[in-house]
Amino acid sequence: MSRVVVASIGPASSVQDGGRPGSQRYGLTPSGAMDRLALAAANCLVGNELFAAGVEIGPFGASFTARDGAVRVAIAGAPRNADIGGKPVTPETSVTLKDGETLTLGFARGGAFSYLAIEGGIRGEPVFGSLAVNARAGLGSPYPRPLQAGDEFGVDAASGGPERRIELPKAPSGPIRVVLGPQDDEFDDTNKALFLNSDWKISATSDRMGYRLEGPVIEHLHGHNIVSDGTVNGSIQVPGNGAPIVLMMDRGTSGGYPKIATVISADLGRLAQTSAGTAFRFKAVSMAEAQDEARRFAQLLRGLPERLRAADSVELNIEALHDANVAGHAVNAVDAGTWQVPAEP
Amino acid sequence: MAATLSPPRLLPSGDSAVTVEFSRNIDDDANQRVLALDRALAKAVIDGVTEAVPTYRSLLVHYDPGRLAFDALGEKLLALASQPQPPTAQTRRWRIPVAYGGEHGIDLEDVAKTLNTTPDDIVARHVVGDYRVAMIGFTPGWSYLSGLDKSLHMSRRQNPRLLTPAGTIGIGGVQTGIQCLAGPSGWHLLGRTAVRTYQLHRNPIFLTEPGDRVTFFAVDHKTFAEQDRAAEGGEIIAELVES
Repeated sequence: MSRVVVASIGPASSVQDGGRPGSQRYGLTPSGAMDRLALAAANCLVGNELFAAGVEIGPFGASFTARDGAVRVAIAGAPRNADIGGKPVTPETSVTLKDGETLTLGFARGGAFSYLAIEGGIRGEPVFGSLAVNARAGLGSPYPRPLQAGDEFGVDAASGGPERRIELPKAPSGPIRVVLGPQDDEFDDTNKALFLNSDWKISATSDRMGYRLEGPVIEHLHGHNIVSDGTVNGSIQVPGNGAPIVLMMDRGTSGGYPKIATVISADLGRLAQTSAGTAFRFKAVSMAEAQDEARRFAQLLRGLPERLRAADSVELNIEALHDANVAGHAVNAVDAGTWQVPAEP
Repeated sequence: MAATLSPPRLLPSGDSAVTVEFSRNIDDDANQRVLALDRALAKAVIDGVTEAVPTYRSLLVHYDPGRLAFDALGEKLLALASQPQPPTAQTRRWRIPVAYGGEHGIDLEDVAKTLNTTPDDIVARHVVGDYRVAMIGFTPGWSYLSGLDKSLHMSRRQNPRLLTPAGTIGIGGVQTGIQCLAGPSGWHLLGRTAVRTYQLHRNPIFLTEPGDRVTFFAVDHKTFAEQDRAAEGGEIIAELVES
């Protein structure tokens, strides 16, 4: 067994995986990675299950040292400088740390969270099928709390397989999409329009429980107390002071403030990666569009293994070939039969 | 045949959950219907439904939009909700010991003063109650109970406390409850119980279920201390009566 030792780490860093849904009826929030796509990409690079536990690294720097043998790791998520002993490491590429070598990560340049995946995963004792840290409930393994310097993980020795990179689609830009409700009728049209047409910024006091938004004051129609009901990841509740809070992975499972809208699941990771102080907007979409996007996002996750390439392979730009009308002609030439009009029966 | 029940409202909660709302208020009939739909849904086993979370007045149903669309699920939920559900065959009742007042119930005297009576009278009114777990939420094991005597209904504190102890038994608004973990609360603190409604490394991890009945009985502070040690070791402490 090899070890990965946390040589240094900033706040807001913890072990996360796909979370532990299924016990929300007992008040237990699912937790899990803030940016599921980034965790899945990192895991994919080292051959793990997509939602195996990795290290969620907050906006500050971190460094990890291999002990008792080599370990293979990959980083994905917020862009940041990475090096091993001063030699730069390409993000979204697997890399093997030799015994005693240290991977050093800088501050996030834009975004907030990065994920360190370790080949073979992190060893720990799952509770409800998950190692994810939920500090309030005393859950998480091997450490039921945010990580500190000196913590270490028991991991597999590096397999020595070829290093890989992953070709991720360009992250979508534009507004964060929401579905209105469940309590949008607690707000009049003026305040709903104010919510949808204003610039918002994420407050620096945000955390894994919720992202507090800075912008105009949203007023309620009938006051800010409703009878507590269930919450989801991405619920946007408006408390008494009129400053919305987007509930994130460590949210309370129920809440007593009206929820004006819900961030669509495909955009939640993108919101999680919006750094404090960056202006953004919301846009309301229909349920049908939101569910189409959810299915597309699920497909993107499932298809990640097909996006793996050898780390040193030359990038073949299919789009450029299409633009030059080279690929198209080639296909037509060898498969001319596809252009024949089928005979009527 | 029983008449068809009035339909609940289907409120979208994003692309992967729907809130089935029976009332806007805390309402015992609505809560009964929430719990009935929760049972019916568990029995119906709809492919794509991943989890259901009952609260006072609504059932939040989580689902996978890759397997189930909003409209299709909505229709099924409305059909289930329109059918009167048989009551549960068995009701579980928990008898829960509480050390009232003193350091464990720092608001007991103030509550008595506000209601122009004695602390003993407040305790008497609280232990006589026959409560039902209307929902469990916010933090693990926090059991919200309906059935609080009207004379104990009080608005919450102006300034919520940032930290209240684990096992706190409090009252707030028309509710009483068992707060399992230490944390913030705006409720009035009447006492503490050694019973852990949530405890890792114990079987079961969660003690209470939505729909369970609860009654309280008073114990002295010395008994609380003993029970607290036993509970820390994994003992359940609460007495379970099946009926």
